Amino acid sequence: MVCSVSICAGEIFELKAELNSDKKEKKKEAVKKVIASMTVGKDVSALFPDVVNCMQTDNLELKKLVYLYLMNYAKSQPDMAIMAVNTFVKDCEDANPLIRALAVRTMGCIRVDKITEYLCEPLRKCLKDEDPYVRKTAAVCVAKLHDINAQLVEDQGFLDTLKDLISDSNPMVVANAVAALSEIAESHPNSNLLDLNPQSINKLLTALNECTEWGQIFILDCLANYTPRDDRESQSICERVTPRLSHANSAVVLSAVKVLMKFMEMLPKDLDYYSTLLKKLAPPLVTLLSAEPELQYVALRNINLIVQKRPEILKHEMKVFFVKYNDPIYVKLEKLDIMIRLASQANIAQVLAELKEYATEVDVDFVRKAVRAIGRCAIKVEQSAERCVSTLLDLIQTKVNYVVQEAIVVIKDIFRKYPNKYESVIATLCENLDSLDEPEARAAMIWIVGEYAERIDNADELLESFLEGFHDESTQVQLQLLTAIVKLFLKKPTETQELVQQVLSLATQDSDNPDLRDRGYIYWRLLSTDPVAAKEVVLAEKPLISEETDLIEPTLLEELICHIGTLASVYHKPPSAFVEGSRGVMHKRLPARTGSGESTESPDVGAAGGSAPEAAPSIIPSQGDLLGDLLNLDMAPPTTSGPPPPSTGMQMGGMDLLGGGLDSLVGISHSVDPYAMGAGFGAAPAVMPASLNAPVGGGLGDLFDLGGVGMPMGAYIPPKIVWLPAMKAKGLEISGTFARRAGVIQMELILTNKAMSVMTDFAIQFNRNSFGLAPAGPLQVLTPLGPNQTIEVSLPLSTVGPVMKMDPLNNLQVAVKNNIDVFYFSCQYPISMLFVEDGKMERQVFLATWKDIPNDNESQFQIKDCHLNSDAASSKLQGSNIFTIAKRTVEGQDMLYMSIKLSNGIWVLAELRVQAGNPNYTISLKCRAPEVSQCVFQCYEAVLKN
Amino acid sequence: MIGGLFIYNHKGEVLISRVYRDDIGRNAVDAFRVNVIHARQQVRSPVTNIARTSFFHVKRSNIWLAAVTKQNVNAAMVFEFLYKMCDVMTAYFGKISEENIKNNFVLIYELLDEILDFGYPQNSETGALKTFITQTGIKSQSKEEQSQITSQVTGQIGWRREGIKYRRNELFLDVLESVNLLMSPQGQVLSAHVSGRVVMKSYLSGMPECKFGMNDKIVIDKQGKGGASEEAAGKSDLGGSGGGGGKQSIAIDDCTFHQCVRLSKFDAERSISFIPPDGECELMRYRTTKDIILPFRVIPLVREVGRTKLEVKVVIKSNFKPSLLAQKIEVRIPTPLNTSGVQVICMKGKAKYKASENAIVWKIKRMAGMKESQISAEIELLPTNDKKKWARPPISMNFEVPFAPSGLKVRYLKVFEPKLNYSDHDVIKWVRYIGRSGIYETRC
Repeated sequence: MVCSVSICAGEIFELKAELNSDKKEKKKEAVKKVIASMTVGKDVSALFPDVVNCMQTDNLELKKLVYLYLMNYAKSQPDMAIMAVNTFVKDCEDANPLIRALAVRTMGCIRVDKITEYLCEPLRKCLKDEDPYVRKTAAVCVAKLHDINAQLVEDQGFLDTLKDLISDSNPMVVANAVAALSEIAESHPNSNLLDLNPQSINKLLTALNECTEWGQIFILDCLANYTPRDDRESQSICERVTPRLSHANSAVVLSAVKVLMKFMEMLPKDLDYYSTLLKKLAPPLVTLLSAEPELQYVALRNINLIVQKRPEILKHEMKVFFVKYNDPIYVKLEKLDIMIRLASQANIAQVLAELKEYATEVDVDFVRKAVRAIGRCAIKVEQSAERCVSTLLDLIQTKVNYVVQEAIVVIKDIFRKYPNKYESVIATLCENLDSLDEPEARAAMIWIVGEYAERIDNADELLESFLEGFHDESTQVQLQLLTAIVKLFLKKPTETQELVQQVLSLATQDSDNPDLRDRGYIYWRLLSTDPVAAKEVVLAEKPLISEETDLIEPTLLEELICHIGTLASVYHKPPSAFVEGSRGVMHKRLPARTGSGESTESPDVGAAGGSAPEAAPSIIPSQGDLLGDLLNLDMAPPTTSGPPPPSTGMQMGGMDLLGGGLDSLVGISHSVDPYAMGAGFGAAPAVMPASLNAPVGGGLGDLFDLGGVGMPMGAYIPPKIVWLPAMKAKGLEISGTFARRAGVIQMELILTNKAMSVMTDFAIQFNRNSFGLAPAGPLQVLTPLGPNQTIEVSLPLSTVGPVMKMDPLNNLQVAVKNNIDVFYFSCQYPISMLFVEDGKMERQVFLATWKDIPNDNESQFQIKDCHLNSDAASSKLQGSNIFTIAKRTVEGQDMLYMSIKLSNGIWVLAELRVQAGNPNYTISLKCRAPEVSQCVFQCYEAVLKN
Repeated sequence: MIGGLFIYNHKGEVLISRVYRDDIGRNAVDAFRVNVIHARQQVRSPVTNIARTSFFHVKRSNIWLAAVTKQNVNAAMVFEFLYKMCDVMTAYFGKISEENIKNNFVLIYELLDEILDFGYPQNSETGALKTFITQTGIKSQSKEEQSQITSQVTGQIGWRREGIKYRRNELFLDVLESVNLLMSPQGQVLSAHVSGRVVMKSYLSGMPECKFGMNDKIVIDKQGKGGASEEAAGKSDLGGSGGGGGKQSIAIDDCTFHQCVRLSKFDAERSISFIPPDGECELMRYRTTKDIILPFRVIPLVREVGRTKLEVKVVIKSNFKPSLLAQKIEVRIPTPLNTSGVQVICMKGKAKYKASENAIVWKIKRMAGMKESQISAEIELLPTNDKKKWARPPISMNFEVPFAPSGLKVRYLKVFEPKLNYSDHDVIKWVRYIGRSGIYETRC
């Protein structure tokens, strides 16, 4: 609307005349008009010389207006801006401290190189000015200059002067110096700029009592970065910070809470002071809720973190989180979250009464969340389960569509938590079958029907009714329906044979979804070979689900606690997820407890084996958001899943979120033999015994055929490249590549320690990726890696990990942990790693398949500058498991027909056209999953050119 | 830190735009307009992240104030700053409206330049700002005046200037409480709390040291052990104007103080000592949840007669000394959206059905303590197909009573000015208690 409104020439002309007027008042009015135009986005840069001419005035107000103009346009007119320098330099010497400060403040805002040169001398003087107002302004100016030219600031020694200002006699100068230094330090993570030591901390704590509210915030935020030497120092700082909890400014309070939460970690729990401190924290947090709604929101997001870290602080304060009718919706939703976390046996009656009220409100999101909360209460507080269920049933009776659906989703979880207790309500649920239109609710309902098929007389009819629109359902519903019908068949084999056949053929033959097909095949195979085993697998006891929900992953929680009060705590994401560049990428951690022997974490990877499951309570994922967070590269450590829970595909997402952080997860991944995982449903067909040939047509025979694993050597291995530079990983450099050797995918890594200290306790983990790549064993770095040492490791990979489509498809996000920290990087693997050895297709099958795949799925690429003849190309490709099935020569052009099979069973068919004498090949790729074509083409190119 | 500040009118037109950081481009102004002001849905969060840029906003009437940043700033600080900015603007030119902003844009830019430097909030006390951001043109200041200004702006006591003189030293204390209640239809208190403020208006000469005392349970208990001489002296001073119960002391859940109060002293000795800003300031905020005197009790009775009629009967009972009078009593009884007509009968005051607000509003000018009054209404409903039941919002109440529902009493406020020759006895002190309804709701 107002992005660039043009301003007419006449207007400019008029303003020009007024600016050059002799009368002061007229001049001032004209400058005001110019500023007004500037504000709404009009371009008044043409007036630059005229406005700058008004700069030399003793009228402070006019001067400020001109400066405002300068700040806006100097960058676009650097040459003209020089005209202003003299006035600035002169003003910096003015007798009036307000004018000196104004000049140095404005000069720092003008981002023109030539001007910054002139800024240095005046700035140096102002930093030592006798007037505190000038000094406090100059302190901020150093930060401005650093933002424009960091090198200049260092060369001119301004950083040392700034450090000296921390000992200034004026508290505001101290506060601004602290703020400036903290910001500069953020972009130099390793420089010891702030140099916090007991002496400087003492100075800061003294200034804390005397400076403005904003200054107190700067100082507290800075204090939070300090790590006390021992519990005694920690306690003495806490004692001096606690009075801030009574400040009227919420930000001061939250920053004080941050310091206390962090330093409390170091206090022994049996200390009297520790429990006193805990008690002192609750009232100010509650008081924050009487602030304005926007601040309430910030406070609630933070309280959510605090409650997860230290539930004892607010456990008696449930009532203050009750939702008020007039609260803005964002406050309501946050309060609800905290209510669920605080729900306990003691307060459950009240909580339930409240939730029931909320479920009748207007806002759909809020109502849904309230209904879900009732279910969570049932799972969390066993004594209340019955009341919760009856409340949910009441809500179902309201017949409000979204309420019903939400209720059914949570009832499913209640069934899982308390098997054989509340099944009497199934009849009521079944009445609402028709109104369910959301996938999650449909899937939940289908699960219930399948699970309790023996008690529902018309289970087969119900499930059959879902089957009609099978292909229009979402994957979640399809998977659930498949499992439910198989369960039904195992329970009532006589009546439902037809149904099960129908669903198996829908899943295996008519579906493009590999997950669905795989699961379909496995069921088919199981049912046709060993129904008893099928029963054991499909109708197995389910593990109980745990009660805590939507917990933030512990390492992330620790980091967020260090960021209380800031945006990170509002978003519940680490700063690196939303801040660009180097700022804030440093991961903050809570200090370890000293004094007592207990350590907060046990990176004892080797011994983790058997105990891992206890360390990792399974968490019910919230819809979307938590999952979304995990997928973010910079977020929580990516995880592999344990064995998928039998028969409930819906929970599979949940298993990925196994808490416990990287340490315990690494424990799982090597405590579970990857081959044993074949018993789960997500397993790759390659591990199925070859003898079990099922009577399924199509390419199925090949699918399970392990024969002919001859190992042609010479597979293409890309050169190693640096994946994780040392500067990003506190001195650990990782470079590597991927290779396929003897049918096993290897990740070959070179770890180099470029830091000064020894690195130990290495572990590796992958995020979910397109082909389910996961480490098949732990990272074998047995000896500690000393400074400047390098070690080569080769890590065998399996393809049975959790799957999620990445962009690009062959992208792999990796987390590597050592004794220092966790680091994340991403790399791309050549897709040829995934080409399996039995990828040679029968000629007949090839022809049929080629025809069968629609032409839309065909993609053509050019490979340029390749000087091999067709036979050489063919043998070279064979080395990487790209098999030539047939060769035809038409008009001097060799047509090579090839097949490739990926580890997840996807076939890629190729036609390579090679014309003698022409270095450019043409390749056509056909695949049911056309997304892979691009990657396959890249492999062709890489293999042929190496 | 804050990268930029924008002020928009309700249409999304920019009234003020001040960019402090280079990482905030001009397009940020538009991004906020398009994604938040012009967004179709209701605002779901006061913090919005658009393309890795975070926007914090608050609204004052129909004016939007937005702070922008690309860093991990202290979010609480940004909101506190936005509120403070509103306070400063109000102190300078009154209500925050489009017209006032347009008329004062030069002043606003000048203020923004002063109170936010490179995105760091600076001293934003109106008292201090008004000494040198005047808008009255040049006032040539003497050297002493200049240094006085700068030392005040940066000094330890940034909120008060030296050399203030009054012929008559006077101070006014207002104890303003808002009592909040959520009650179940059966009369069970679901939650109740009082949030109170002590507002002080002082016209005192020099740099007076003040000490404020109230019937804080912790202090009283401590004194009870150590001898009650000071307490007795304090009582004769200012006590005894409360109204509700005869409580000796109250338990304060939490309190926060104006920045003039020495917090470390409060933490150590629980004494409230300070040098007040000249004129009005909010000395303290507090919250209590125990033994609250609930001035009114609402007893609702809603009966659905078939699908097209509701019968509502509401009784209110006043619960305080009969000698005291409550004022400005208003009971708001929500009605369903499909209400077609309402008949009301009330014993006292006036009641009216307001269709635009979907409520029956019953107003009573005055009501003494220990009385009760009643309203009954018949609500005719239009038949609807809407399956969803009426949400039955709670019945809310407004009132004003001349006592503090928390039971708080001011025990003393001592003034001590070491340099000037007036003593505590020469200061004329006034104390007033006002209790108002906050969110005072009874579910029906």
